[in-house]
Order: sequence, then structure tokens, then C-alpha cells
Amino acid sequence: MKMPKPDEETISRRQQIIQAMLSIVKGEGVITDADEMRAYDHDGLMAYKAQPLIVVLPETTDEISRILKYCNENNVKIVPRGAGTGLSGGALPLEDAITLGLGKFKKILEIDFDNRIVIAQPGVTNLAVTQAVEAEGFYYAPDPSSQIACSIGGNIAENSGGVHSLKYGLTTNNVLGIEMVLMSGEVIRIGGKYLDSGGYDLLGVATGSEGLLGVITEVTLRILRKPETARAVLIGFQSNESGGECVASIIGAGIIPSGMEMMDKLAIHATEDFTHAGYPLDVQALLIVELDGPVVEVDQLIERIDAIAKQAGASYVRISESEEERLRFWSGRKNAFPALGRISPDYLCMDGTIPRGCLADVLKRISDLSKKYNLRVANVFHAGDGNLHPLICFDANEPGELKRAEEFGADILKYCVEVGGVLTGEHGVGIEKRDLMYEMFTENDLKQQQRLKCAFDPDHLLNPGKVYPKLHRCAELGRMFVHEGKLPFPKIPRF
Amino acid sequence: MSKSWRPENIDQLLEAVSWAVAKGESFNIRGRGSKQNFGRPIFASHNLDLSGLKGITTYEPRELFMTADVATSIAEIKATLRQNNQQLAFEPPDMGVLLGSEEDRDENGSIGGAIACNLAGPRRIQVGAARDHFLGFNAVSGRGEVFKSGGTVVKNVTGFDLSKLLAGSFGTLAVMSRVTFKVMPVAEKIRTVLCFGLDDVQAVKVLAMALGSSNEVSAAAHLPYPIASRSKIQYLLNSGTGVTAIRVEGPSKSVEHRCKSLRGLSSKFGATEELHSHNSTLLWREIANVGELLGDGQVWRLSVPPMDSAGIVRNILNSVKANVLYDWGGGLVWLAIEDTEINTEIIRGAIKTSGGHATLVRAKPSIRQRVPVFEPLSGALSELTLRIKNGFDPNKVLNPGRLYEGV
Repeated sequence: MKMPKPDEETISRRQQIIQAMLSIVKGEGVITDADEMRAYDHDGLMAYKAQPLIVVLPETTDEISRILKYCNENNVKIVPRGAGTGLSGGALPLEDAITLGLGKFKKILEIDFDNRIVIAQPGVTNLAVTQAVEAEGFYYAPDPSSQIACSIGGNIAENSGGVHSLKYGLTTNNVLGIEMVLMSGEVIRIGGKYLDSGGYDLLGVATGSEGLLGVITEVTLRILRKPETARAVLIGFQSNESGGECVASIIGAGIIPSGMEMMDKLAIHATEDFTHAGYPLDVQALLIVELDGPVVEVDQLIERIDAIAKQAGASYVRISESEEERLRFWSGRKNAFPALGRISPDYLCMDGTIPRGCLADVLKRISDLSKKYNLRVANVFHAGDGNLHPLICFDANEPGELKRAEEFGADILKYCVEVGGVLTGEHGVGIEKRDLMYEMFTENDLKQQQRLKCAFDPDHLLNPGKVYPKLHRCAELGRMFVHEGKLPFPKIPRF
Repeated sequence: MSKSWRPENIDQLLEAVSWAVAKGESFNIRGRGSKQNFGRPIFASHNLDLSGLKGITTYEPRELFMTADVATSIAEIKATLRQNNQQLAFEPPDMGVLLGSEEDRDENGSIGGAIACNLAGPRRIQVGAARDHFLGFNAVSGRGEVFKSGGTVVKNVTGFDLSKLLAGSFGTLAVMSRVTFKVMPVAEKIRTVLCFGLDDVQAVKVLAMALGSSNEVSAAAHLPYPIASRSKIQYLLNSGTGVTAIRVEGPSKSVEHRCKSLRGLSSKFGATEELHSHNSTLLWREIANVGELLGDGQVWRLSVPPMDSAGIVRNILNSVKANVLYDWGGGLVWLAIEDTEINTEIIRGAIKTSGGHATLVRAKPSIRQRVPVFEPLSGALSELTLRIKNGFDPNKVLNPGRLYEGV
């Protein structure tokens, strides 16, 4: 993965930039020591590291506004950073850029149960939002598996999902408002305690923009009342095909479970060894289907799912009989990543989305590729919404293995696109999938996306080198090419 | 407007826009025409008639998506989805009665129009608006370039979410030719709990309790008297009071259980009754489409914090006479009012403290010309909006001025 060449001129101004930051942010909020900066040299995409120019940890929106204004006027790049748990390298530092950490924005500002709203600063963790309201019986629905550590601002930057997004939506469907600082230093507020702000949907655009459009300094979230009850079913199959068929049949029957996860054999064994969740070890594929709602509804739907599973050829069905058992079913799946960490020195976590119907076909291709590259792969899968997480096992200490693992991953993602899916379902493009963007988009598609970027950040100072394989200068993108003399367009019916 | 262009495929659409760019012309974009009177009046040199871009191209019930050309009618889409017991969960309202003439009724609106105006019905509070169901598109930008965004799958964070940007852009950035959107199963049962005789403040409180309960309420509205008496449903027509309505959907036993719970919760405030599937469907269609319930006059649509809605309405009613309807648990307020210019300051003034936005949905063209139809934007947001417009349509070829002056 190649990053843009650091700008020596910026680096030569480092002392000057440090002074400027110290005049805005209190002393301990400006980190310049190489050892202290090490904590910021990578995010959840562990294979890549870089030292930032400096790290700045502001505490107020006004400080961020002044930092961005200074950087805009002095041509200094910014890499925004939440909790640093992102898996696509979106917060990977650049040697000529300030890493702007939001870690000090940790307050929940308002809880409004009547309007079912929480207003929080971006550094609050995803789980802390739920913890703040659960005593009253409420929760925040999007639940990425890193929820204990990941920040809510980062969730917005990445449009994070989680196991419940099938029924309750992604981050973008659960955010009502943000305060955002533009690269110019201007502070804008979009949305609030109401739905669908007027004008262009900048909230929708900022969500999932991977730190390229602005720095989010406050978020307004929708909270929900916890369902009366939830139960989970473990369903084992002797083939991926049967598992895939069961997923499609449940959806086809008009049932939208609150979660529907699938694991393949290697993932089942690795997680069972690690968590003792009670998973059957004599199956090729395992589904976890969760239903929530009133007891009568959950019981009725569980019966139907039991019947559908048997129809699809399930060899194992176990329904949770208590809350402890339900949580135990999930404990394996939720610990799939660390469990893999125990059986392989390193792994790459991929994140394609495919049409549900292609599940068995894609798993077959992954298995073929695994032989070709001679690398093991475990598959965990948000089956309900077609979001696949192949975990490619490798050893970074073995020369060439990282490269081979990356090529394997790229081949998987290309195949996801080939069958009608996309490169990333919830982890973001970052640097990881940046160079694959042409698999999905034409030059025109990407240029139009970058024209949106130009409206927010005309000098490409915010998180450059991420998401887009080629950066076009905004002046070039703004140019119009008018083709004269092609008239009179005889093919179009006119009146 | 002298001439109309009527492209029948994306190549012809590209030619039309390229022509307009080259010649310095501009287009009023028209799908099926049901919402032509929504937004600021447009002074474009030509019509761009998209009615030739119609037809469902892909429908995958088990993948929960459909792809259709933009001018495909909502009626056709709904009829096709019904065969598989599926629906457009965001309940796009039929704005024909509210905005149009007789021939624009009966769900003649297009899917492209519903998305471009980011419509949403009563289920907005549970499942979102058009924006939340819009997965991807093919389009021609105002620069005369073909581009696409999104895909057919729900979970997709590959690049900026331009689908969100085009939803609600009223055709001012690009002309879409084809759209892909989510479809969802129809619930086995629908029921509505009615509660009679509540004033606005009580009603909003009851709706908040219902929405804050674990009953998975899919719609929550309040029809003050006399709006309630304009309904065709007997229970409302003859009630002689305001009626508060709460909808639940799902498997039969679950719906019964939740109805019982909701009646228990609201019976402390007023007498309750229950509507079954048929009447529920009729009632919520009336509430979604609003035209017949609101009656004549200028119409405003306010999106506000739900708990502030009754207070906002009281302040407005202190200054002007209006018919009022609350949807989205109070978060959406419809006002029908005498068609004059003076209402603007009163209405926009009333939401200033609470936050929110007010849209002038129906008024004489002369008023829509002078009064900002959409909530005016602050300085930085307004400049950002102009820069975005310039990135997509620098020559202002597409629906010039429909959203804001200069946009």
C-alpha cells in the first residue's frame, strides 16, 4: 500500500506548527515526543504504521475550529482520529499531517427520554451511549463488535453497522444531527432532535465520509426502548449451501430477525475453543438467528424458523431457553476476532457485501482461493444483510505472507463486486480498499464523489491518501468540457 | 417553456443534458408530474420529460430490493410488490390530492420523484424516509456526465453516500435515470389503537409514551377536531372529538398483545377503540396523503422535536387560524392556513427556539416565488450548499432555483 509522498516543506515547518498548536490547545494536548506518539501510529488495521507529524488533542469545538482554520491557511494536513479501532486504516497517520484526536470529547451532553434522544460528544464510546440510558430501559441500536472501545464519532465517520443492523439499520439510520467543523474553521450544525433536515442531506453525506469532509464535534442519536425479550437459535448445517438456503428462506418468508449471523467450520472451532459457547463441532456451517419483541411474537417466529431450518436440511437446532444461554450463543460470535488471533499470528479481516443468494457460491470461491494462496481463512458473516468477514490467517514474520494475504483479500473483494456486491459493508475504504475502488466505480463516478469533497475541503487537507486512489485537483475537477457542434441530437423525441 | 425533451434511455438523457450545457439552456425536470407544484417555481427554458424512462428492470424479492427506471409509477411498483407480499416500507405519500389536479391522483407519482423529494409516510419514525431505503442510482450530472453510486445491497460504505445527497435534492444536482431501493415484507396484521378526546398536549404525551414503550409502534398521529371528522372511517367521522391514533404491525398474536398494552396505556387519558387491518390501512393512507384531511388553503409541513410540537402549534394559533394534523409522534406538524404571505414569519418564528424546519408545501406560485419554500440556511451552510451545487451542476441546467434561489 503506497501512501502519498510526505511534503518535506510541511515537515520543515514542524516547530512553527507546534508553536501554533500550543497557542490554541493546552500544553499536554500537544504531543510531539516520538515515544508518546507511538500510541497513535496505527489504527485497527495493524499491518500499517506511520508516525504523525504531531498529535493534537483539543477539548472544545472552538479549539478545533481554530486548529482547522490555521491548517487551512497554512496548508497543513489533518488526520482525524476517534478511538483508533477502525479496520481499514482510515486513521493511519501521515508523516506530514497533524493527527487530531477526539479522545477528550467524552461527555454525554443531554439525555431526552421523551424525544428518545441522546446528544453526545464524539469521543464517547458506542457502548457508553447504551449504558447511559439502559437503566430507563433504552438502548442505542447500532452495535459494532468493537462497541466497548470504538467512539460514536468514529461510528459516524465509518457508518458502522453491527449484528443488529438487519432490523434496526446502520449508523446512518440512527443519527439525527451533528455539529461539524469544516476545514475553513466554520462550524455547521445539521439536523437535531427532528427528522430530515431541509436542504441537501449533508448529514447523510457526512455519515460514512471517513474523515474526509469535516471533523464531527457533537452527535444527536436516536435511542430505542429495549424489546420485551430476545431469544436466539443456533442452527447447524452439513454444507454452506444449506446454510445459505436457510438464510434466504427466512427472509423470503417475510421474517426480519434482529440478527442473523453465520460462521464456517474454522470459525466455529476457533471460537468454541476460545469461548466454550457450546457450538456443535460436527457441522460445516452454523447460523445464529436472534428474534426480539414481545414474548408471543418471538415464540411464534422461533417455531417458524425451526421449521424453515429443518426444511433447509439443518442437522442441529438449539433454541436459547434463558438469557444466559442467549448471551452464551453470542459470546462465540462476538469473540471471533480474538479467537482467530489465538490460532494465527496475524489475520486480515475483509468486509465485502454480497447478495444473500450468492453466499454459498462466494464461500466456495473463497475456499478455492485459500488453496491457491495457501493461506487458511475463517468466515464470519452478517448473513442477514450479506456482509461477509473472511479472516485471512497469515504470519507477518514470514517474508511475503502479508503481500500474499492482501492479494487473497483483494481477490475476494473483486469477486464480491463481480457477483453484484460491494467492496465494503461497514469497515470503510480507508487505505485498505482504496486501490480497489476502480473495481466498482468508473473514473467519472469517482470524480463526482471528489467534487463533493472539493465543496468541503478544496485543498485536500483532510485525511488525504484515504478512500480515493487518485486525487484530482479541485480546479481540474471543476472545469467544464462543453462539446459544441454535436447538435441536433436526432435520436431524442422532442416536442 | 417552448420545447420538451423526452429521452427514452440514459444515452438520450445524456444527449439532452449535454445539449443544454452546450447551449446555455436549462431544464424543468418532470417525472410523472405529480409534484410539479412542490418547491419554488422554476424558470427554465425547456422541459425535460422523463416519462419515457419507465419500467421495473430487476426485482429480487429474496434480496429485498428492486431496480426501476425513474418514472415508473408508485402504483405499478406497489402492485408488483404486492404479488410477493412486499411493500415500500417508507410509505411514500401520494401527493396528488394535496398538490395536483384530478389526473395526478391514484399513486400516479413516480419512484424517482418520491426519492428526489425524500418523501416519507407515517412509518418514517420506525423505518426512515426515502433516503433510508434508497440504495443506488444511475444519473447524468448537470455537467453532462454519466455517473452512478451505491449498489443493490443495504450494507455498503464504499465511497461517499451520494444516494443520500440526491434524495431530497429536488433534481437540482443530477437527473437520475434508474434507481435501486429496498423493499420489505408486509406485516401479517395491522391494527390501530384510537384514543378519543385528548387535547394536543395530552395527545403528544400519549404518543411519546407509546413510542417510548416496547410495543414497536409503526405510526403515531393526532388528528384534532375537526380534522378527525373529515376522515372516511366511521369511528373518526362520528367521534365529535380529536382522535389520537397509534399503529402496530406484525404477526397476529404479537399485534393483539401490543394493542392490549397500548390500550391499557392510553385508556387513562380517554376512551379507546381499535381499528383492524382494512380500516387501519385506509386511515394511515389518509394521514400519509393529508390532502383530504387538511382541506383548502396554504399548507406547511413542520419537522420539529416531538415534545415541542403542541407548544409550537399553540403559538402559531395565537396569531392565525389553521387546521392542524400531527404525525410522527408530534415530530411532523401539518398546517392548513389562509393563503397569504404573512404566515411565513409567524411559522418560522415559532420553531426558532426549539429547532426544526418548516416547508411551504402548497401555496400560490406568486407566494412560493417570494417566500423561501424550504427552511432558509445559515451563512456557512448556504455557501456549502452552493459549492455542492456547483460541483454537480455548475451551469445551473437542472431545476434552477427549485430548492433555493441560485441553487
